[in-house]
Amino acid sequence: MTKIDNRKVKIVFVGHVDHGKSTLIGRILHDTESLPEGKIEQIKKACEAEKMEFEFAFLLDALLEEQEQNITIDTTQIPFRTKKREYMIIDAPGHKEFLKNMITGASNADAAILVIAASEGVKEQSRRHAYLLSMLGIKQIIVVVNKMDLADWSQDRFKEITTEYRKFLVDLGMEARCFVPASAKTGDNVAKRSGLTKWYHGPTVLEALDATEPTPPLVDLPLRFCVQDIYRFDERRIIAGRIETGQLRVGDELVFSPANKTSTVQSIEEWNRNGTAIAGDSIGITLTEQIFVERGYIASHQKDTPIETNRFHADLFWIAREPMRVGKLYNLRIATQEMKAQIVSIESVLDSSTLQPKIDNDTQQLERNEVGRLTIQTRAPLVMDNHDRVANLGRFVLTDEGVICGGGIVFGGMYTDRVAAKSKNIFWTEGKITPPQRAMQLGHRGAVVWFTGLSGAGKSTIAQALERELFARGMHTYVLDGDNIRHGLNSNLGFSPEDRVENIRRVSEVAKLMADAGTVAITAFISPYRMDRRRAREIALEGKAEFVEVFVDAPLEVCEARDPKQLYKKARAGEIREFTGIDAPYEPPEDAEIVVHTNTQSVDESVATILEQLLPRLRPEEANA
Amino acid sequence: MTDSNNTRTHLDQLESQSIFIFREAFHAFKNVVMPWSMGKDSNVLIWLARKAFFGRVPFPVLHIDTTYEFPEMLEFRAWAENHYKLKLIVKINEEARARGVGYETHDPVTVTHELKTVALQQVLMEYKWDAIITGIRRDEDPTRAKERYFSPRNAQMEWDYKDQPPEFWGQFATNPGKGEHVRVQPLLDWTEVDIWRYIQREAIPIPKMYFARNGKRYRSLGCSPITTPVESNAATIDEIIAELETTKTSERAGRAQDHHERNAMQKLRAKGFL
Repeated sequence: MTKIDNRKVKIVFVGHVDHGKSTLIGRILHDTESLPEGKIEQIKKACEAEKMEFEFAFLLDALLEEQEQNITIDTTQIPFRTKKREYMIIDAPGHKEFLKNMITGASNADAAILVIAASEGVKEQSRRHAYLLSMLGIKQIIVVVNKMDLADWSQDRFKEITTEYRKFLVDLGMEARCFVPASAKTGDNVAKRSGLTKWYHGPTVLEALDATEPTPPLVDLPLRFCVQDIYRFDERRIIAGRIETGQLRVGDELVFSPANKTSTVQSIEEWNRNGTAIAGDSIGITLTEQIFVERGYIASHQKDTPIETNRFHADLFWIAREPMRVGKLYNLRIATQEMKAQIVSIESVLDSSTLQPKIDNDTQQLERNEVGRLTIQTRAPLVMDNHDRVANLGRFVLTDEGVICGGGIVFGGMYTDRVAAKSKNIFWTEGKITPPQRAMQLGHRGAVVWFTGLSGAGKSTIAQALERELFARGMHTYVLDGDNIRHGLNSNLGFSPEDRVENIRRVSEVAKLMADAGTVAITAFISPYRMDRRRAREIALEGKAEFVEVFVDAPLEVCEARDPKQLYKKARAGEIREFTGIDAPYEPPEDAEIVVHTNTQSVDESVATILEQLLPRLRPEEANA
Repeated sequence: MTDSNNTRTHLDQLESQSIFIFREAFHAFKNVVMPWSMGKDSNVLIWLARKAFFGRVPFPVLHIDTTYEFPEMLEFRAWAENHYKLKLIVKINEEARARGVGYETHDPVTVTHELKTVALQQVLMEYKWDAIITGIRRDEDPTRAKERYFSPRNAQMEWDYKDQPPEFWGQFATNPGKGEHVRVQPLLDWTEVDIWRYIQREAIPIPKMYFARNGKRYRSLGCSPITTPVESNAATIDEIIAELETTKTSERAGRAQDHHERNAMQKLRAKGFL
């Protein structure tokens, strides 16, 4: 038995409706003996019963209604094998309405068979599909000129179609591997060389297929490791994701964009691959330095970082029923990143049959099945590549209410100028301002982040470091602490138990107002009593603001040893009365949202822990919420 | 495992793709469940989940117990629950059983619908899962060939296969409406032979009924009264793979509910059958 190549080649079948894709697939399945026993007999019987002529296409169309309508409704995948290797056929429907299905199927393919009926010649879908194949990045194309039996096996007719279509492909920057004159119905030049085409010396369809190659892993491109999630199932903090391109080894220094912090790969946690992971691998890694990383971050090597921008040019195909409109908010996804985005302008709309731009300088929308060249703006910078450099990071989808409406490819982005992409002031909405709209404009929700902990535990230090981190992300944030509250708003309050309660109450109210205004208000007070903190939470929740309690935990001995303001010393000496931890109680939180241990975690690590749990809570709600 | 650092086999690629899908689902949905039939595909699914989540299955697994289970399968269930530390939920449609629905008195399509699909509906209502991770494969049945990796089902669990959301470039539809759920299908691209080759490569435990005894073996496992073994002497995984490479009998030929009437499988699946 011939050894079968281990890697399957995925082949998409495209072309104009009724040009014979399904028939060709049925013929290939039949001639390679890839059909289950009795299948043909079963369908022949069914055809007799319904007084229909048997067709090879029926082999494929297992769903009854497809046989009735005679069109393939959705993408189908069917395996078959030649003597050389295994294949997966992707049958993409030719009917115009089903373009989204064609794209769904074709996007996974290694190679494409484009079917043109000799009897009808090059049609609209023959062109449109080729254009989409080029956008999808499929380079191996075999053109089958089918139904040659209906054209009397005419060499002239074959040449005519070949010449016309080859020119069309060249204009697209594409090239077909070969043109095969065939008849799926009779089987000529599909699996067996035909005696009717003595003038043809190229390969049969199966020979042409066997000459294609599976797409190799993209190891030679720059590294792009796309973070899917951070897992802390045990003591390990594992960054899980997929390597889209390039390769990664233990010991590599990685740059995580968009924050552009660096750290070194400590381990690859997946089953051991000798310390190397390559394009296509789903892996998990740990880092030597605990920098903040979340889903959507892209890791690369310093010498080959991606583009970071919030405004870029793209070609986009649209497949939703509702037209795409300039100015409407969509969600844009590139790899694992997701961000609100809007189309700033449409430069041109391409007629994909003629590939000519339509002459209309003021287009405000893109209809279903149209392709446009446009400018896109996202709410915050995204990490991407030009499609011609790293295709996997150069393609994106737009979604509306979670459904994919279109796909695009990025071009013309600048690799040198990463920080200059400053957002232009764009008015997204009009009218009365609601909290979600406020969050939408700011890019995050307001919140009260309530620190509690002993004096000397590190509340102020961490609060300020957190404020700086949030600020660096373009977020609105402010720290409320003893310095800016006691001297003004609460200057009439002393340190009696009643005054302490009132102090915390006023802080709670101010924090709520700030959160309502869209700010992330961070409070840094000892706030030793559970009841006070519970009230702070209730006040925030009344104002519908997010409340996040952060317990800055350190043992009393540690805090007392630090004693940054010499307060413990004074308390021990009896100079200060009712000092928390010495002669007044501290009631540690029982259900704080976040806990950091400053006796074991550095300030940076504490901030990273807080960010990891805080940032997801600050994301604006979906537009439809 | 591969010999060289820079080559990946077909199985490596399938494995990585499945892990990617698992992680996308775990991120996208709040409340995930994984039906588990103890069959070969189901056990590959558990294996892949443990790879995706570093040794854990971080969501419950659900067994729809029709009460017509093979005793050996229940033994395997008990063993695996303990071995993999699974959060196991067992669901029986008690109401239908009380009404006397059973293979003794009813046709297989009705019983399968009541004891599997309706049972799934009941337990979905109870737990309100927004994503169900299934082990279905495209090559099992023509209707399954048209599935997506993320395939939405409405509140009645119906599948609108004529108008499915597009899916490309690793981006999926992730927004079930109220009462709806998404079927997440990490094994969609795998074939029956891939499953066996992977079970062999990874030494994944499976029930012994897949191996031939007295000239017969089970190729696909369902309810005991309506699942028939195929003629086979394949007693090892190697022999099974060799058998599959030459057979032309379809995998689910031994599953009576598929063949009860013309397009039975299509009707079952449109109503919510996995």
